Amino acid sequence: MPGITREEVAHLARLARLELKDEELDHFAGQLDDIIGAVARVSEVADQDVPPTSHPLPLTNVMRADEVRPSLTPEQALSGAPAQEQQRFKVPQILGEE
Amino acid sequence: MTVTDLVSYEDALAAYDPVMGLEVHVELGTKTKMFCGCATTLGADANAQTCPTCLGLPGSLPVVNAIGVESAIKIGLALNCSIAEWCRFARKNYFYPDMPKNFQTSQYDEPIAFDGYLDVQLEDGEVFRVQIERAHMEEDTGKSTHVGGATGRIHGASHSLLDYNRAGIPLIEIVTKPIEGAGERAPEVAKAYVAELRELIKALGVSEARMEMGQMRCDVNLSLRPNGTEKLGTRSETKNVNSLRSVERAARFEIQRHAAVLSSGGTIVQETRHFHEEDGSTTAGRIKDNAEDYRYFPEPDLVPVAPAREWVEELRGALPELPRLRRNRLREEWGVSAHDMQSILNAGAVDLIVATTEAGADSASARKWWMGELARRANEDGVDLAALPITPVQVARVAALVAEGSLNDKLARQTIEGVLAGEGDPDTVVEKRGLKVVSDEGALGSAVDEAIAGNAAIADKIRGGKVAAAGALVGAVMKATRGQADAARVRELILERLGVTEG
Repeated sequence: MPGITREEVAHLARLARLELKDEELDHFAGQLDDIIGAVARVSEVADQDVPPTSHPLPLTNVMRADEVRPSLTPEQALSGAPAQEQQRFKVPQILGEE
Repeated sequence: MTVTDLVSYEDALAAYDPVMGLEVHVELGTKTKMFCGCATTLGADANAQTCPTCLGLPGSLPVVNAIGVESAIKIGLALNCSIAEWCRFARKNYFYPDMPKNFQTSQYDEPIAFDGYLDVQLEDGEVFRVQIERAHMEEDTGKSTHVGGATGRIHGASHSLLDYNRAGIPLIEIVTKPIEGAGERAPEVAKAYVAELRELIKALGVSEARMEMGQMRCDVNLSLRPNGTEKLGTRSETKNVNSLRSVERAARFEIQRHAAVLSSGGTIVQETRHFHEEDGSTTAGRIKDNAEDYRYFPEPDLVPVAPAREWVEELRGALPELPRLRRNRLREEWGVSAHDMQSILNAGAVDLIVATTEAGADSASARKWWMGELARRANEDGVDLAALPITPVQVARVAALVAEGSLNDKLARQTIEGVLAGEGDPDTVVEKRGLKVVSDEGALGSAVDEAIAGNAAIADKIRGGKVAAAGALVGAVMKATRGQADAARVRELILERLGVTEG
């Protein structure tokens, strides 16, 4: 039975840039293990004739023509940005956090 | 290691066998982005070509660009790849502000094209086969400007500014299998591969593949193993090597650096490295420990791509002649050496010469103008040959005027100068500037008589049999007619008047 360890949850939290306290790690590791166990039951009932499915709809090749559609104006694009400068999204220092 | 020690290239190759892997990203020349209808025009105002989809805003949905898929298939076919019957996009998850979605839409274990090869020709004519692992579809990232540090470097910057116009522009990533057996020619093979790939992409018409504009970028993976062993060594990955010359230099430098580390008993760290144009060196970047943990999963917002076999065969049937074969064919037709053909290719003149011959010029004069006068002008102005304000049809017209004797070489150059200056077509320039060869026998005759009278001593020498001295009199006549005389005819007239025959 596949499960998930506390170490794996800590690793995932780091990849997802989530800061978790020790007791939160204990809590979520237990919950996630239960969830994965529940989902794993699918493979108990799915036999060889049921291939792994990533899309519920039997659709392929949905494409658009290479035609330009109106974009947002820079003002609209930046309207939700916490900070901006020179008509660009301003983000905090990238290196130096680790 | 802060200072990079190197061993000589010869010593490195005496002990080690280089193995390379090349990853090339090609920005497609589509009108719109890969997953939304935003324009891809270069030089637009910052963030003027973005929308909820490429900004990763909630509720937006991507739809794939049909030309993006078509271009990927064309590239795959031209690289002799198999085309997937069914494949999906995948999310490559990472946090970095160049991607506002916090993931890049890419392909993971189901690339659209796989298992191919590209034959590349080295400078001495040897053909080397580079095996292709895969070509897959993905999207470009936004452009960062780092503020507050030295010379725009990310190190020491206080903050960064993001323009997402480029985020979402279609990219095709082409990955080779390990390139083995190239030995000391590894750097040359790397350069020839990228050069051939660039020609191929241009011939397919899917991108202009201008490396200096970032439309094509190369990562060079390289490792060494002791000669005679099989097991691959640890590799370094030199990122964003953006010219053909740099690809060769980066491979060469890494061979020398790896050899220095290994032969002094050290170990190579698996890391990304940055290439420096100024001195051809590389320096350490990010160490790749578990940074590879991108948690790929199938993109739920895009349905699978299943290219119909009829479509694939239709695209295969419409592929252009491969650049290497076309070059060899033209080289034979034109009767030029491999070296001259390489110069023509490097100058970006192949298509221009072809178009000029198609407009009626013979290949020798088409080559002469494009590789001579026009190449010189392009070089002086610092522009591509194709960007000069003269068309192959106009060059062919100049060549025709020379062939029919209306223009001599000097006048032809003046005509081209006029066309480049925006004075109009060759015929208009000839008309306006009064550039006609003087072949009117009367006018020429009196100019010849004057030249003989004014240079009596030289004329006597010629009469005495020194035919070679006639050049001075031809020069005098050309000067008197301001270069507009037909020099060959002038020479004939001089010798005739002085009663001498050639030879």
